Amino acid sequence: MTTLEDRPDVAPEIGRDRRRKEDQRLITGRTRWTDNITLPGMLHLAMVRSPFAHARITGIDTSEAKAATNVVGVFTAADLGESQGVLINAWAITEDQVTPTHLPMAADRVSFAGEIVAVVVARTQAEARDAAELVDVDYEELPAALDLKKAAADEVLAHPELGTNKSAFWQFDSEGAGTGGNVEAAIEKARTDGVVIEREFRQQRLIPAFMEPRSTVVDPSGEQITMWSATQIPHILRFALAATTGVPESKIRVIAPDVGGGFGGKLQTTPEEWLTFCLANRLGKPVKYTETRSESLVSAHHGRDQWQKLTLAAEKDGTVTGLKVDLLADLGSYVSLVGGGVPVLGAFMFNAIYKFPAYQFNCQTVLTNKTWTDAYRGAGRPEATYGIERIMSELAAEIGMDPIELREKNWIKHEEFPFTTVAGLEYDTGNYEAATAKALEMFGYDELRAEQKRRREAGDTVQLGIGISTFTEMCGLAPSRVLGSLNYGAGGWESATVRMLATGKVEVVTGASAHGQGHETAFSQIVADRLGVSFDDVEVLHGDTQIASKGLDTYGSRSLVVGGEALVKATDKVIEKAKPVAAHLLEASVEDIEFSAGRFSVRGTDQGLAIGEIASAVFTAHNLPDGMEPSLDSEATYDPINFNYPHGTHLCAMEVDTETGAVKMRKYVCVDDIGNVINPLIVSGQVQGGLVQGIAQALWEEAVYDEAGTLVSGSFVDYLLPTSADTMNYEIDHTTTPSITNTLGTKGVGEAGTIASTPAVVGSVVDAIRHLGVNDIQMPCTPERVWKAIQGAGTGGPATEGAAMPHFDTDEAGTASTEGAGA
Amino acid sequence: MMVDGAKVADDVEPRTLLVQYLREKLGKTGTVVGCDTSNCGACTVHLDGTSVKSCNVLAVQADGGEVKTIEGLATDGVLHPVQEAFRDCHGLQCGYCTPGMIMQSVALLEENPTPSEAEIREGLEGNLCRCTGYQNIVRAVKQASGQTEGVTA
Amino acid sequence: MIPAQFDYLAPTTVEEAVSALAEHGDEAKIIAGGQSLLPVLRLRLNAPEMIIDLGRIEALRGVRDDGDAIVIGAMTPHAAVQKDPLVAEHAALISRAVDHLADAQIRHRGTFGGALAHADPAGDLGAPAIALGSQFVIAGPSGTRTVDADEFFVDLFETAIGEDEILTEVRVPKHTGWGAHYEKFVRVAHQWPIVAVAAAVRAEGGTIAEARVGLTNMGNTPIRARAVEQALVGQPATEEAVAAAAAHATEGTNPPADLNGDSDYRRHLAGVLTRRAVLAAAGA
Repeated sequence: MTTLEDRPDVAPEIGRDRRRKEDQRLITGRTRWTDNITLPGMLHLAMVRSPFAHARITGIDTSEAKAATNVVGVFTAADLGESQGVLINAWAITEDQVTPTHLPMAADRVSFAGEIVAVVVARTQAEARDAAELVDVDYEELPAALDLKKAAADEVLAHPELGTNKSAFWQFDSEGAGTGGNVEAAIEKARTDGVVIEREFRQQRLIPAFMEPRSTVVDPSGEQITMWSATQIPHILRFALAATTGVPESKIRVIAPDVGGGFGGKLQTTPEEWLTFCLANRLGKPVKYTETRSESLVSAHHGRDQWQKLTLAAEKDGTVTGLKVDLLADLGSYVSLVGGGVPVLGAFMFNAIYKFPAYQFNCQTVLTNKTWTDAYRGAGRPEATYGIERIMSELAAEIGMDPIELREKNWIKHEEFPFTTVAGLEYDTGNYEAATAKALEMFGYDELRAEQKRRREAGDTVQLGIGISTFTEMCGLAPSRVLGSLNYGAGGWESATVRMLATGKVEVVTGASAHGQGHETAFSQIVADRLGVSFDDVEVLHGDTQIASKGLDTYGSRSLVVGGEALVKATDKVIEKAKPVAAHLLEASVEDIEFSAGRFSVRGTDQGLAIGEIASAVFTAHNLPDGMEPSLDSEATYDPINFNYPHGTHLCAMEVDTETGAVKMRKYVCVDDIGNVINPLIVSGQVQGGLVQGIAQALWEEAVYDEAGTLVSGSFVDYLLPTSADTMNYEIDHTTTPSITNTLGTKGVGEAGTIASTPAVVGSVVDAIRHLGVNDIQMPCTPERVWKAIQGAGTGGPATEGAAMPHFDTDEAGTASTEGAGA
Repeated sequence: MMVDGAKVADDVEPRTLLVQYLREKLGKTGTVVGCDTSNCGACTVHLDGTSVKSCNVLAVQADGGEVKTIEGLATDGVLHPVQEAFRDCHGLQCGYCTPGMIMQSVALLEENPTPSEAEIREGLEGNLCRCTGYQNIVRAVKQASGQTEGVTA
Repeated sequence: MIPAQFDYLAPTTVEEAVSALAEHGDEAKIIAGGQSLLPVLRLRLNAPEMIIDLGRIEALRGVRDDGDAIVIGAMTPHAAVQKDPLVAEHAALISRAVDHLADAQIRHRGTFGGALAHADPAGDLGAPAIALGSQFVIAGPSGTRTVDADEFFVDLFETAIGEDEILTEVRVPKHTGWGAHYEKFVRVAHQWPIVAVAAAVRAEGGTIAEARVGLTNMGNTPIRARAVEQALVGQPATEEAVAAAAAHATEGTNPPADLNGDSDYRRHLAGVLTRRAVLAAAGA
């Protein structure tokens, strides 16, 4: 028997800034990226991709490639037939959604530039690429549907056989749903005696641009076919492979080893995975495919890409009375795994933290001849937050009210929680007043407003603007019944298993699949506290369907709030199983056994046993209660009862050089309320990183196509990710209003920074030059757009499309032998 | 050439990139490839004492040279101060950019042992990270330089 | 990601390199630091059959004093140029431009001559090199010849270097005591300049006695802004006077249009950045 003093460390783990368990390997290069995997006899794939956005394939000559050294085979869709399977859309947002068939490799027509038309298998990656250059494909170019608005008018069809580009129309109407009034009536009334603000915002196309290019290895040589893939969703991937290839699910093992970032970009089932799977099975050999960055940018799914038309009705004093949202969302050439579900995830969030009495959301999804789109960090909620936060500031400007005051006038007060919104969600907790008050103080709001006034009056070359985002989001995807009501193809639960090992160590199996989030650390902290074991004694296992057989993976800020709750429930079961053993060994009745800090004790006595001692006793099973199963191991599957609703106040001060249009961030403050924090160090990392992705949408990133449908920003030379020299220290802090929808009182944090920051940043740029007649700048706010907006050209207009800097393109160069000779 | 203190010799095709040689021939998979235009810096190693992008050097060009990778940075199992600081300051999330980021940080500190925040930020401009937002990386480099920042979460 | 097959030679003298070039003709490509060439090969935008590496020719490295000029060996890495005291003293404009060239790793590997020979109009070295009136020493089968700054850059990625020739060194006339500034305009740090202006100024009292101004990415080649230079002579180093002279910056330019800006925007930038560069160079 032990006493409490024997425990090495009784300080609570939850709330500690533990250094991550994951890091030792990652900082020494001892990693397991998919592309690191080498198997005996492994073959390599290279893809032949269409250079055209829309074209008929009139012939493919593979003979020269087939004859090349060390080439094992060259395959087209005709060669593979049905064995290549088909890619699924898991979320048809309407019953009559128009969904083109998506084969991994195009058969007779390509519908975006980058689509695969042939695949080469060779003994080395270099030889596969060499042979891919020898495949001769004849195309007959077709007109391409590229512009979203024109595509929505069906001028040119992305898939002629479908007869339309319009995939689905999805509506939420508060009057119809019984959650609010009639929005048209609210707008009509405001036109008469109130204020109506109408704006159209552009959500540019983005690329998730995870740092690890996608890679897949398939080994068909065992009884199960094993696939390693750089994916966020090993479980969904296994399900989809089984569902579309005819291979039994039980014969497929999917492993997501170390995965180098995802941000939604690896929440996909991909043509490349399907082809690797198909060819490994066909050839009976391990096969690897690793994409280049250029391939990744053109073929991995893109994000956002919407036109958002917002109509906001208010009374003259700023009280909002109605909001109508009309979205056009670009799906790209196929309906991806989540597809039209992404904008629908925003449907419940445009009303945000405000008490709109009437609300309507309309979304038309549209097919075009561009790369497919799907989730990118935030998925639907950044779009909604951007729209509402921008237009709230527009309303404030229109009626001459301070934008903070306007928000305060309309937001849900802390004493009004739980609050059922006009979109029908029940926000459990929140305190917008507290987060805003703290942010304003940290920011020095009044001083910065005074400086802004001084600069305006002095006509300074450099003007100052302040942007505001008082955001909320719904995360922790998702209650299964809600997903069911939205016609999503799966549930939203998560699974966890806790195994008590004989040596006192604890193995935790989670169905969430980390790719940088630090699950191993945070989950260890939770288990250490719940079971009263040492942090170091907990091992977290994940990302392998043979180890974690049940799971729905990682996205939508769900791992902690859904996966963590499953873990809590599993640990509770372990404790309940251990109690009768403790009672038996301590010769007490079960009712008298108490569990605290890792120790089972008899109420009112100093007798007790540590949980490790119970585990050991159960392992030997020499002396257990009659009929007891000798195991403490427990599994729990948790289906959330509600989303949870992190919120926060983000403030951005921006200097705008009116001579060049260049912007320079002066200060960024955010105070987020994400409930109870398991590990503040990890949370700070999620917030800082999330902020930069949201800021990057506002200022730098855009996937641009030329008039032929070629992705112009097709490398990191032109798709501009910010560097350390472009970013700064963002001042972050928290208020804490625990969620009441889960035991730990936590809320999701993975997407909050990204969702919140974009409108604060664009808002600050607009605010700096509003007095020069500017009320919108299209994202990203490039210096050219800002400068042109100041010159009176509206939103600055689109960048000059159709041209990338030609640094690596020597085609136009002269013939001097040293051209291209290295900088 | 010498790689992480060991003498290695192989016949390679002239087109073999240094990073390919490290990964495929030597199994030094700690060094990774993130792009094909030499923007991302994930493949950064040291060649003859300075940082280079190993996707932008041919293996034959490094013939006779001395290469150090992330796998050769710790000595006798003791982490390099920069490695230690990256862990301590949470300077990594997914970890994919980390080997290159650490190798460049080490090179930066060798050239400028007490850099300012601005110098750190400029010194790392050839290394892209998509997870961290850079702030904790900058803090880690500062801490490793002995200009203790103290970790605030 | 992996270049197409090629053969490889690494001569150790300029003579060997020139004869290798003569032997392989237009199938050959010179590699200097390779920081622009290797991405081209990896993306398979070009597939030469022979790569001739100048990296083993020690004679092409280093900076030396040569009376009224300093001489920079073509294979001197950017990082060495950046730290070189002779360059700092006599051609500070080049030091300032190299400070901001690409990133640290590329500066370690990339070379002064390689970057100039690559002749990317957005490259950072062309404008300061021509602004300072550099001379380019080129070796070929019949010996060496010298090309003046104004004749070196011919077109996009094209220089006066012949197919059978190699750039060996660059002579930069001394501009000792001149103020210098390189004003580079980018959206993110690792980008090539959208527009940049290299300015060197010799001031006497508060007056500009002489000025040298070069423009980056304002045409198919780096451009020397002679009209600006002339307009600056004798002017006070004040905002107004310099702005008036900088208004000539767009003369003779033919800026590109791309994702980062159209030609008009670049012309506008050239004026603003020229003013800023000259004022900074003049210490105003």
